[in-house]
Amino acid sequence: MSSARVVITGFGATSPLGLTVGDMWAALCAGRCGIGQITAFDPAGFSCKLAGQVPDFKIQSFVPKTYRKAVKLMSRDIKLAVVAANEALTNSGLITKGIDPEKVNIDPKRMAINLGAGLISCDLVELAPAVAASITEGRFDIRKWGKDGLDLVTPLWLLKYLPNMLACHIGIIHDIQGPSNTITCAEAAGHLAISEAAQIIVRGGSDIALAGGTEAKVNPIVMIRQCLLQRTTSENQNDPAAACRPFDADAAGSVFGEAAGMVVLENLENARLRNAKIYAEIAGLGQSSNINPAYEHLEPDGKGIRIAIEKAIEDARIQPKDLDLVIPHGTGIAADDLAEAKAIEAALGKAAADTPVWPTKSMLSNTGAAAGALDVIAAVYAMREGKIPAAKNCDKKAAGCSLNIVKQQQQQADIRYALCCSYTYGGQTAAVILKRPN
Amino acid sequence: MAERVVITGMGIVCPLGDDVETVWAGLLAGKSGVARTTIFDASTFPTTFSAEVKNYDLAKYTKNPHLHKYSNRGSSFVIGATAQACRQAGIDLETDQPADRIDRSRLGIYLGAGEGSVDNDVFFDCIAKAWDDTAGQMDWGRWAEVAFDKMNPMLELEQEPNMPAAHIAMLTAARGPARSCLTACAASTQAIGEAMMMIRRADADVMIAGGAHSMIHPLGLTGFNRLTALSTRNDSPETASRPFSAGRDGFVLGEGAAILILESLASAKKRGVEILAEVIGYGSSSDAFRVTDMHEEARGAIQAVTSALADAGISYRDVDYINTHGTGTSENDSIETRAIKAVFKEKAKDIPASSVKSMLGHLIGAAGAAELITCALAIRDNIVPPTMNLTDPDPQLDLDYVPNQPRKCQVDIAMNESFGFGGQNNVVIIKRYKEVNSE
Repeated sequence: MSSARVVITGFGATSPLGLTVGDMWAALCAGRCGIGQITAFDPAGFSCKLAGQVPDFKIQSFVPKTYRKAVKLMSRDIKLAVVAANEALTNSGLITKGIDPEKVNIDPKRMAINLGAGLISCDLVELAPAVAASITEGRFDIRKWGKDGLDLVTPLWLLKYLPNMLACHIGIIHDIQGPSNTITCAEAAGHLAISEAAQIIVRGGSDIALAGGTEAKVNPIVMIRQCLLQRTTSENQNDPAAACRPFDADAAGSVFGEAAGMVVLENLENARLRNAKIYAEIAGLGQSSNINPAYEHLEPDGKGIRIAIEKAIEDARIQPKDLDLVIPHGTGIAADDLAEAKAIEAALGKAAADTPVWPTKSMLSNTGAAAGALDVIAAVYAMREGKIPAAKNCDKKAAGCSLNIVKQQQQQADIRYALCCSYTYGGQTAAVILKRPN
Repeated sequence: MAERVVITGMGIVCPLGDDVETVWAGLLAGKSGVARTTIFDASTFPTTFSAEVKNYDLAKYTKNPHLHKYSNRGSSFVIGATAQACRQAGIDLETDQPADRIDRSRLGIYLGAGEGSVDNDVFFDCIAKAWDDTAGQMDWGRWAEVAFDKMNPMLELEQEPNMPAAHIAMLTAARGPARSCLTACAASTQAIGEAMMMIRRADADVMIAGGAHSMIHPLGLTGFNRLTALSTRNDSPETASRPFSAGRDGFVLGEGAAILILESLASAKKRGVEILAEVIGYGSSSDAFRVTDMHEEARGAIQAVTSALADAGISYRDVDYINTHGTGTSENDSIETRAIKAVFKEKAKDIPASSVKSMLGHLIGAAGAAELITCALAIRDNIVPPTMNLTDPDPQLDLDYVPNQPRKCQVDIAMNESFGFGGQNNVVIIKRYKEVNSE
């Protein structure tokens, strides 16, 4: 391992709890839930009618004037990412072309971008007229599609839905010319993108990186998939704040949402040289795979997560007892929560009983590729403010889970090291350990 | 001192076959994998042809096909490519207690993998049934009803781009670092570059790296046709992929998977496996220019090549072969030529620079890995594959594209270039393995 150290010098979050990081943290502390009835479309026929939706915003006010025309090429995922990137960069004190083209203080070639992105679902309303023009005798007719339907699809249609377009648009707006990657590991993507960005800085591939994740899951395709896979809850539909219940005895499934979370990572020396505010250090990273023939679920003993956490602890050169906070993936899907709990307990050993565990999805919803990034930001805030908000909806711990879930807000938490972990259906797992700067 | 990283296994499933030697023989014989599209009826599309994988049988590669039964084309192909590569590298997939001396927690996965196709008939049918034509809007209640009735949950899950990597973990029991990226046409080159970095960093001893993708499906073809990125030479599919020629009119959509086993030199030596080549350099950059176009001066491409050379610690004069991105679009081939001239200066016209996309078509996310395999074979056999269909050279493009015939020449160092839609540029450099690194 090279000696370069990587720190967080900025963050931005566009989440169901508001358009800024400050809004998100205030809501988390106040115990306010970002989950509500789906308004993006009429969810009456869906088994889960709830989601975490980002408050309304006008994307035009978050892009430079010269770039406003490109907004029509932005899917919902891209828009959310652009807003959070803007906040993170502004907050870091770095001046990019997108912040102020007259005062740029970065070297574009020495800045990387690494984002977790989801499988971006196409807009059915946009596609439907083309499908409607391709019907023969009541059925979809591919030959008619090729002849008539296809021409009704807007020429640049594909470009809205390529996952790498998040980084592409942000890279153009802010003139980021260094390494660019898009990690497509679903719910583990946010942590993996932050991990890779940190590793690029360590190896000298860039001095600065914009990293994080974004996903907009509140659309009729994603929601149908999650309902079909029985990952969503059909309980508490009239009490949205009680619907997502990570590690709770009454957990009945997850609630999905949309968000973008971004951090600015920076070589410590670089950050010091420009007197940047240093929020946290990336202290340890670990990754592995979950292996389960039932690909939609975590393996019952959570082995893939345990390995990731153990590697991160080793990488950070600390002991499990040094961890003062764990933000788990905690989706509210009972079997997965139990497997994750077992993995955390196994990785932390004796320290597990005392380490505060704070799942956030009861308030933020499960925002897929954004989730890990939001959790990293929440952990950084908790460290800085010395405060751990209460975990909502874990009223009675699920049988078999002996994690120390934070029931009441801890006002005086001395957090030196915090662990965030995640996993996804299919299998990739990730763990990130953050350290409070001295 | 960072670990040296070597290649110890390779596997491929592509339009020219599903084993490395067959594909290589096909490339040297100038065979085309392009023909009329058969996966679905594309006869009324602007482009009616593609480079399909044919006669592929997953059961040939695993005794547990039931563990992969819902896999889409990309995942299914990558299982075959991984099985081949593991066999060559001596990675045991047969037993629960493998005797290959590879710690599974240090065996990682890095794929550049694409999303799977939607479940076409069902997907379009659900939309058609839920569309209210008089109101001009979707009836979401109807959508939910029809979708619940018709969609298969597992086929929906398998469309996620992280699933090919999940299938590899299932096949190999790999528990090391696992990532999947999707930077369009540059994805698998990026995956291999980042996988090499994981070994250099000692996060893993062995990495299963490469790509898997199929966009030969109605929405994929629609998307590229609407972008006018594809050749429409429907009367002559096998000559449609014409990189660097005056008559090039777009790329040809292909599909497949390619896997390289990257390994630390120490691990390869300990295990006593054959070393096929050494991976010595990786460079990555972004254009930050336009969503739709490459930077006119090839700024990003030049930076990626330059940083790969720097990472490898070599001069541009040391490169013996360039496997170009060479898509056959007007823009790519011009700008790529400009980039090569800018970096390789007086040597630019002397370096053989060919495009195997002229035969394989464009494997999109899997392209870079397939092409890097051809680089390793070029080094092994001291022969470079041709750019086929280059019968009408573009006077503006004057590099040595190795037109129409393979060429015997000394190849010790080969470079693979991949440039993705949206401006991600990735370059990997490999070298003939020598015990003592003497330059």
